[in-house]
Amino acid sequence: MRTLVFLEHHEGELLKPSLGVLSKAAELGGDVSGVVLGSGVRDLAASAGAYGASKVYVADQPELEKPLPQPRVDALGKLVSDQGFDTVLFAASVLSADVAAGLSARLGAGLNWDLTDLVQENGTLIGKRPALGDTVYVDVGWNGEPRLALIRAGTFDPRESGGEAEVEDFQVDFEDFSLGANMVEQAHAESEGPSIEDAEVIVAGGRGLGSPDNFKLVEELAQALGGAVAATRAVVDAGWYPYSTQVGQTGKTVSPKLYIACGISGAIQHKVGMQSSGVIVAINKDPNAPIFDFCDLGVVGDLHEIVPKLTELVRQRKS
Amino acid sequence: MKIAVCVKHVPEGTSHARIDPATKRLDRSGEGAINPFDTNAVEEALRIKDAQGGEVLVVSMGPQSAQDSVRKALAMGADAALLVTDDAAAGSDLVGTTNVLAAALEPEGADLILFGQQAGDSDGAVLWAAVADRLRRPVISQVAELTVADGKVTGKRQTEFGYDTIEAPLPAVVAVSDAINEPRYPSLKGIMGARSKPQRAVTVSELGVDAGGVGEPGSKTVVQALNDPPPRGDTVKIEDDGSAAEKIVEYLAEKKVL
Ligand SMILES: Cc1cc2nc3c(=O)[nH]c(=O)nc-3n(C[C@H](O)[C@H](O)[C@H](O)COP(=O)(O)OP(=O)(O)OC[C@H]3O[C@@H](n4cnc5c(N)ncnc54)[C@H](O)[C@@H]3O)c2cc1C
Ligand SMILES: Nc1ncnc2c1ncn2[C@@H]1O[C@H](COP(=O)(O)O)[C@@H](O)[C@H]1O
Repeated sequence: MRTLVFLEHHEGELLKPSLGVLSKAAELGGDVSGVVLGSGVRDLAASAGAYGASKVYVADQPELEKPLPQPRVDALGKLVSDQGFDTVLFAASVLSADVAAGLSARLGAGLNWDLTDLVQENGTLIGKRPALGDTVYVDVGWNGEPRLALIRAGTFDPRESGGEAEVEDFQVDFEDFSLGANMVEQAHAESEGPSIEDAEVIVAGGRGLGSPDNFKLVEELAQALGGAVAATRAVVDAGWYPYSTQVGQTGKTVSPKLYIACGISGAIQHKVGMQSSGVIVAINKDPNAPIFDFCDLGVVGDLHEIVPKLTELVRQRKS
Repeated sequence: MKIAVCVKHVPEGTSHARIDPATKRLDRSGEGAINPFDTNAVEEALRIKDAQGGEVLVVSMGPQSAQDSVRKALAMGADAALLVTDDAAAGSDLVGTTNVLAAALEPEGADLILFGQQAGDSDGAVLWAAVADRLRRPVISQVAELTVADGKVTGKRQTEFGYDTIEAPLPAVVAVSDAINEPRYPSLKGIMGARSKPQRAVTVSELGVDAGGVGEPGSKTVVQALNDPPPRGDTVKIEDDGSAAEKIVEYLAEKKVL
């Protein structure tokens, strides 16, 4: 196996999920390389050796400065073809999903996503993929090479195993269309308020709240329980609640003792951020909401009725 | 301005859909509906059209029953539809679907191609980037706020680090977040009018796509086996009869988390 791992970075550091995938690739064996794409990123490359890369390819060009996918497809398309990698692995992220899919089209290569494990069975690479809201676990494979895979966020932890990696530079020629998109503003997460990651109790609100004002229902319950308030991407994107409270794939990963989800459907990208919580309670008016597949106590009903009563009862009990 | 919107017909209530153990494909025999995330893309297209004029074309690849989803988009206000329906296309993975949709979209020459946030049955959230590469157009994904003006699109979107603002010249491909808008319900007039709007159904070969590039032969990924999910603790499910709050408190006390 000749494996290439896409090493994503932010503010001068290689990201943990990428290093976790690299560690996994090293465990699977064969010839394992990493690739770092960016501008002024050459110094980052060698450190990947510690996680099992024997070689790290670097393209250090101004066109790669912003974290946009299409110039990265140009870079990987060339690298994978020139070096003959048979496997390319990505830790799932907003950026890497677009890079992997673009590369799939460029090379006509199969992409399996949302994998939670990779194993060798009789010399064949198999991906493990929970599907349909994790109700079925599918073994997936590839027809032909290269094999592309996106690994579900937070699946593998980085493990230090090796030493220094050899660093090799390469040069990318960009397609015109790949340079079409332009990052006008690259925001950085502002952290408002206390961190939800340390909270023992979290009350989370989703679009089922109906309006930003109704977040006060969730806030009052959280206050009564002595907990923190969290939100889904749908309500954060809509501007109802701050980004720093978002739980899920692109937000925070939390594991409080108690997680109460109010008006949250339970999309897979939300689930990955809170599934390891101790007790999960869901209040949702749709009996078929996916969240009922993975909560401990599921309450089918209107949160506007239930949450204020619940807050009142908790207050009485605590006083 | 011509806007193409890609919509998928998916089994309803996806967490309860199943994969057929014999074919290892998603069982599409039950009730289907338009992928809810795609109604956000249709809505966004209609808003741009309402503000700036133009036409909205719905594009879908799917079984004959996908007609229903296409109609729903037409009832919302889209102007015309192109449905690629062909047994040869069944079982297509990302590579196969990209081959078909790119071939369907290319001759349409849309200024803007919109995608939904993810197909509820695949949870891929990947197709747009593949189609954009094949069509050689810039792409912006996860867009929660979209502006179209002066021959370019500007999208604000969330990443793991905060919000980016990205712009791209038209023609471009954009995938929208489910928070971008509140999709309208079709009006009675819209529903009545949908049937008479131009709707084309084409086969894969009519698009000039080689049969070897679609369906199972054209797919580069395979489903090898289906397994049960690992067991998890029992879920207690109750329906609120006015006493749900009390029951929650009892449950929390029992679990010692209160
Ligand atoms: C790349 C990517 C990354 C993502 N990252 C994240 C992430 O980090 N975090 C995240 O949360 N999502 C993320 N998402 C989005 C995710 O797929 C869902 O779109 C989102 O989680 C849905 O949020 P929601 O549950 O608030 O809204 P909805 O899915 O709209 O659910 C609202 C729920 O409220 C219920 N409801 C409505 N009214 C009431 C009422 N009166 N009483 C009780 N219940 C009611 C409805 O039945 C429904 O189930 C991501 C998506 C992508 C593609
Ligand atoms: N068969 C299809 N026909 C038309 N559009 C599709 C199809 N499958 C997916 N899409 C579009 O691509 C988006 C992302 O799908 P996916 O990458 O499969 O999650 C969906 O929200 C749709 O807009």
